[in-house]
Amino acid sequence: MFIITCPFCGERDQSEFSAGGEAHIVRPKQPTELSDDEWADFLFMRKNIKGVQFERWNHAHGCRKWFNVIRDTSNDKIHAVYKMGEKPPQK
Amino acid sequence: MSENFRSLETKFLDKTNRISFKYNGKKYYGYKGDTLASALLSNGVHLIGRSFKYHRPRGIMTCGSEEPNAIVQIGGNSSFTEPNVRATEQEIYEGLEASSQNCWPSVEFDVGGINNFISPIIPAGFYYKTFMWPKKLWYSLYEPAIRMSAGLGKSPTQTDPELYDHNHLHCDVLVVGGGISGVIAASISSDNGNNTVLIDDKSSLGGTTIFQDDENFKINDEKSSVWLNNKIKELENKKNLIIKHRTSLAAYHNYNYLLARENLADHKSLNERSNKLRQRLWKIRAKKVILATGAIERPLIFNNNDRPGIMLANSVKKYIDYFGVRCGNKNIIFTNNDSAYETAISLNKKGINVTIVDIRNSSSSMLVKNAKNAGIKIYWNHTIVDTKGYRRIKSIQIMEISEDGTNVIGDKINLVCDNLSVSGGWTPMVHLFTQSGGKLKFRDSDQVFLPNTAMSDQISIGSCNGDFELDDIIKNTISDCKNFLSSSTTDFDLVKVNCPKQKESKNIWLLPNDKPLGKTKPFLDFQNDSTAKDVKLAMREGFRSIEHVKRYTTTGMGTDQGKLANMHALGIISETAGVKMGSLGTTTFRPPYTPLTFGTIVGRNVGAFFDITRKTPMHDWHENNKAKFENVGQWKRAWYYPKDNESMHQAVQRESKAARDSAGILDASTLGKIDIKGTDASEFLNRVYTNAWSKLGIGKCRYGLMLNEDGMVYDDGVTTRLDDNHYLMTTTTGGAANVLSKLEDYLQTEWPELDVWLTSVTDQYATASVCGPNSKNILKKLFPDVEFNDENFPHMSYKNAEMDGINCRIMRISFTGEHSYEINIESKYGKSLWEKCMEAGKKYNITPYGTETMHLLRAEKGFIIVGQDTDGTMTPIDLQMDWIVSKKKYDFIGKRSLYRSDTMREDRKQLVGLLTDNPKEVLEEGAQIVQDEKKQPIEMLGHVTSSYFSPNLNKSIALAVVRNGKKLKGQKLYVPMKDKTINVTVSDFIFFDSKNERLNA
Ligand SMILES: [Zn+2]
Repeated sequence: MFIITCPFCGERDQSEFSAGGEAHIVRPKQPTELSDDEWADFLFMRKNIKGVQFERWNHAHGCRKWFNVIRDTSNDKIHAVYKMGEKPPQK
Repeated sequence: MSENFRSLETKFLDKTNRISFKYNGKKYYGYKGDTLASALLSNGVHLIGRSFKYHRPRGIMTCGSEEPNAIVQIGGNSSFTEPNVRATEQEIYEGLEASSQNCWPSVEFDVGGINNFISPIIPAGFYYKTFMWPKKLWYSLYEPAIRMSAGLGKSPTQTDPELYDHNHLHCDVLVVGGGISGVIAASISSDNGNNTVLIDDKSSLGGTTIFQDDENFKINDEKSSVWLNNKIKELENKKNLIIKHRTSLAAYHNYNYLLARENLADHKSLNERSNKLRQRLWKIRAKKVILATGAIERPLIFNNNDRPGIMLANSVKKYIDYFGVRCGNKNIIFTNNDSAYETAISLNKKGINVTIVDIRNSSSSMLVKNAKNAGIKIYWNHTIVDTKGYRRIKSIQIMEISEDGTNVIGDKINLVCDNLSVSGGWTPMVHLFTQSGGKLKFRDSDQVFLPNTAMSDQISIGSCNGDFELDDIIKNTISDCKNFLSSSTTDFDLVKVNCPKQKESKNIWLLPNDKPLGKTKPFLDFQNDSTAKDVKLAMREGFRSIEHVKRYTTTGMGTDQGKLANMHALGIISETAGVKMGSLGTTTFRPPYTPLTFGTIVGRNVGAFFDITRKTPMHDWHENNKAKFENVGQWKRAWYYPKDNESMHQAVQRESKAARDSAGILDASTLGKIDIKGTDASEFLNRVYTNAWSKLGIGKCRYGLMLNEDGMVYDDGVTTRLDDNHYLMTTTTGGAANVLSKLEDYLQTEWPELDVWLTSVTDQYATASVCGPNSKNILKKLFPDVEFNDENFPHMSYKNAEMDGINCRIMRISFTGEHSYEINIESKYGKSLWEKCMEAGKKYNITPYGTETMHLLRAEKGFIIVGQDTDGTMTPIDLQMDWIVSKKKYDFIGKRSLYRSDTMREDRKQLVGLLTDNPKEVLEEGAQIVQDEKKQPIEMLGHVTSSYFSPNLNKSIALAVVRNGKKLKGQKLYVPMKDKTINVTVSDFIFFDSKNERLNA
């Protein structure tokens, strides 16, 4: 049960949020131009890292906003939280 | 057993409050403040249970949560009874009833004891090896036999009548453990301005120091127990400190989130408890955590070390110094370190006969000198090779240890005793530290695992951090707390400590014996009956990982989670394998630290509070009219309305006929409703639905199908264009929340440039759906000002209207295939709307119908239900709904996936209709469909998704998904059931009014 700092609401309990998988996977602008393999890569392939991972989270029981989280999956340490459309902070 | 073993009065018990209780049906007395264990010991009762596997007699061994043997069933009647309670923790109360758990038919005479004599054939892994095969004997023979003789306690057979609660708690500093270091930490923390919470699992603070009787342990020239008692009194006046007694920490999760169980009633008699809370689960979020959970004493591993009367030395000391109870009249102390000498001196001071056997060669500490001066006989460099006594220890045999420590030499000496106090050193309680993600380090000098790196803002202090002597504990507790809490000075800075002990101990995990290991019984895990030779056998059979050895030998797998056994198991493994103990790691410590009742875990979330129930504004009407309800997600939906003694089938047939013959009314309030606004609303709908939306006129409705990005059908519903930039979308009842969050996801992350705003309005509107040939007449009566002719108000259009001055939205849309209207009104008027519809429809026999009839009517029309006829693997093409997939649109969610090689396969499972050869035979939903029954292995083509007897067609109809179904139209297939095979023919899936003539009737 970790604590996430929502960029809009502040520190809240993990139970208020829902996880939305890997971050920074952009939906192709012209899907019809892609080969089956390229489309499948966008659709299905996700990283599952033990360690620092870029993730999407949604403040589902709060402001309902989506945002990005950099989390170490091995110990749940959150290194950064930043809004959608922003670049991950450089460390 | 009439002898009174209460030797002296102590201030910890209330001697004016004598309490009677029953144990195994016999009446005993104790005092307020006694635990069940101390009260039994004061009556001379040691034998308390039988061991799990061999049914050997076992007695009380400890005085705390690590107790492996004294596990009892509490409570006489079937709803208050609780198994697996540790007698060492249960406080006695007037009328307490307790009984031995692991013994049938009685603790004195036990048929399972026979296992003791056949134990050579019950080695490690016995359960795995023997009961594996033949499999069919498992249910009939093995499991009942094991359960019968294992006697793991009885669960209550009735609903728990007691109340449990959950509470949240936030604090700056949480101190876990109320021993001397916890008391000092809580004091420093609150003095430093922190909101502090101190929790302790006992009824009063003070740990083991509070009953330290030895004058040689001094703090500031006071007896340590006196000094501590004063400090505890001072705590009561601290303003920002909360102390919680009888509260044990169950779990320590990351980010300093902790769960603690506060026991409010288990020490009270049933009369005193009336309607009060029994236990409370605290959900604690602390900024900083100080663990002061202490250490537990280790047993020593020697032959027959499990007899009743063999106890841990510090526990014997607590029984005499705290409870005033002597555990025997002739005591022997068996030790490898100084701390057991405290027990010896305590007993000696009270005039109780005591002898010491020490595996060390010598010790020069003041404590040992004092023991010698008191005239206590000490056997140095000796070990116990055997013990005698079946129901209670009677004597021990000792021999000298050889120089290298691996053997015994010389003659056996026989010593008579009725109590044996054992001390193998101390194990820091690092369970909670590791639960929180902390990593351990190993200290070679005394073979202990200690906290090393913590994952959250916390420290461990006192003996759980490896400080076992009073001087170290106090010095390090003060300096660690000052650092941790950034305080420059404390009240404790000038404290002076005297400690007469020496730190040297000698460690032999498995003590040597004159007999070969195979001929001895050195128990490791007393609760699960695993011995040192089981661990060695497991290793001979190839097990190396501690986690594997643990499971194979069941060492450490009882309700005590191996609090006593784990270190010795590790030690023996590392010795046998010839590796350093620190390199083996430990088994994983999982929550809960001590067992929790189910009541505490669920709290108030029982019965009606188990889950949220959503009810429509018309719910009362349905209830008053005898509706049966079905759960759809959290919603209660009217299922059908039986009249008189109608069966469900009869009611649904009547409702279905009425809806098509004259008029029916359905509560559709549960459908998800999303209000969509913004200048890009049309473009947004274009992207999320498969069909085109730009050209939908204001005041028109359109059915839409929503896919997942993988091309599979996700949701469907009718969306109405209320205005230029304003739509009202409806979703399926179950999909409402998911659709909204999916749409929000796309808007916020993929298309932030779109000007679109989504609001859920499901709860804001109530919806009554009136259908049937007379629906128009009923609507005319309700809304006299609205023109209902087909030119002015055609199918798939909407109008605003007023009912008694209240705004309504009327959509002319249909899920039944009948001419029909959905009237939406503000929720609070829902019931009144419904009643007015019923009144206006009286003349036309308007018939309320539930979800079952709705499903039947739409199945006659071949309309799908997402989630029933689809399962996340169906594309619109599979559903033969090609007509709704726009070819012109460049993109929409899931479009690209419809052109993947897999989704374009022609032999995918496809939606078809099925007609049974016997029109009266109704298929079972979920039934499998095959083409050739004889073929082995039988090939499944698909399954029935919806199936009804249609009263309007007077025959059975079904929808099914069948591989290559589109091409199988007209063909015969088979549905094999348990007792027969049903012949079916693949058909069109629109069974009724395929030309849609009734929509405008
Ligand atoms: Zn938020």
